[in-house]
Amino acid sequence: MVDIATFVTTSTVAAIIGISLGVALPAIAMGMAISRALDALARQPEAESAIMRTLFIGLAMIESLAIYVLVIVLIVLFRNPLMEYLVQ
Amino acid sequence: MQSSGLDIGIFFEFVGIQITNTVITTWGIMLFLGLCAWLAKRALTPTKPPSQLGSSRQVKVATDAFTGQPPQSTLQTIVEAIVTAIQSAIASVAPQHVKELTPFIGSLWLFILCANLVGLIPGLHSPTRDFSATAALAILVFLSVHWFGVRILGWKAYLKHYLSPSPLLLPFNLISEVSRTIALSVRLFGNMMSLEMTALLILMVAGFLAPVPILMLHIIEALVQAYIFGILALVYIAGGIQSHQLKQGKKIKTAQPQPQAAQQTQPSNASQQAKFTHKITQSSSE
Repeated sequence: MVDIATFVTTSTVAAIIGISLGVALPAIAMGMAISRALDALARQPEAESAIMRTLFIGLAMIESLAIYVLVIVLIVLFRNPLMEYLVQ
Repeated sequence: MQSSGLDIGIFFEFVGIQITNTVITTWGIMLFLGLCAWLAKRALTPTKPPSQLGSSRQVKVATDAFTGQPPQSTLQTIVEAIVTAIQSAIASVAPQHVKELTPFIGSLWLFILCANLVGLIPGLHSPTRDFSATAALAILVFLSVHWFGVRILGWKAYLKHYLSPSPLLLPFNLISEVSRTIALSVRLFGNMMSLEMTALLILMVAGFLAPVPILMLHIIEALVQAYIFGILALVYIAGGIQSHQLKQGKKIKTAQPQPQAAQQTQPSNASQQAKFTHKITQSSSE
């Protein structure tokens, strides 16, 4: 049986590792997307509106990954469903 | 736990139904938007569409403006600028269906923008911080994809697009319908909730006036998230409509040996029509 202190420490460490990875990887992906969009913009400035629109949609898609991680981490930190088994 | 920012305060209870803060704020925003729309509609003065304006008419409008009677009020100019911006954004994704899509997408944009910005007023929380509100909006988008698709294409053609590249992909198409709806709601909820929470955390750690830079970020984020929610809804709806029309376009192109002829017919028709109406207005003015 795991005691509460170990559980809280483990979940906090896991949440911190999770949020750092979950923010860093989408950040790399976003950087790649933006650099490609700037390349395309430098090559064809007249296609600016289409490029910007697609870029924004793509960034939103990538950003939602980071948001998923954030929501999961917040659930683990504040509303961990496994906590009920421990408290019983 | 109460200060974690995840909780939604319950305002009052009515016959067993809990009325939360979110609902009250949403009603307030609806009232505000409705009042703005009513005031703007009262101030509108009809102007002729540009196709009916001959050269002589334009001169007359200009003299009207010169004599001190402005043809438009300031409010009308603002409202027209907003509507034109919305219509041009929709036209960049779905150029053939601007008229059908403008009411839904435009009201989504305006409502979410107001809902995100309401969180900046002290004492109020933005309704989009509540997952129920964003889930409701996403379900609305989910239903309207089918609504517009069936209305514009018809049952058969719309249902066929689920089998579109090959019938093997039917389960993936169905999964993407559900998963993108969830993603749409979680994205807006996660962004707004995390912004409020960071402001709260910084307030607890650093103290008074420290969260002001975060609140400035809140403004930008509110604008960007409202834009993204609307444009993603637009892309989903347009995806339901246009998969069929791309096929139709291919058929037209194969029927006509020159692909440029199909593109050129419309502008030349339009210019001919413009010349025609111009002649009519000239003859009537004479």
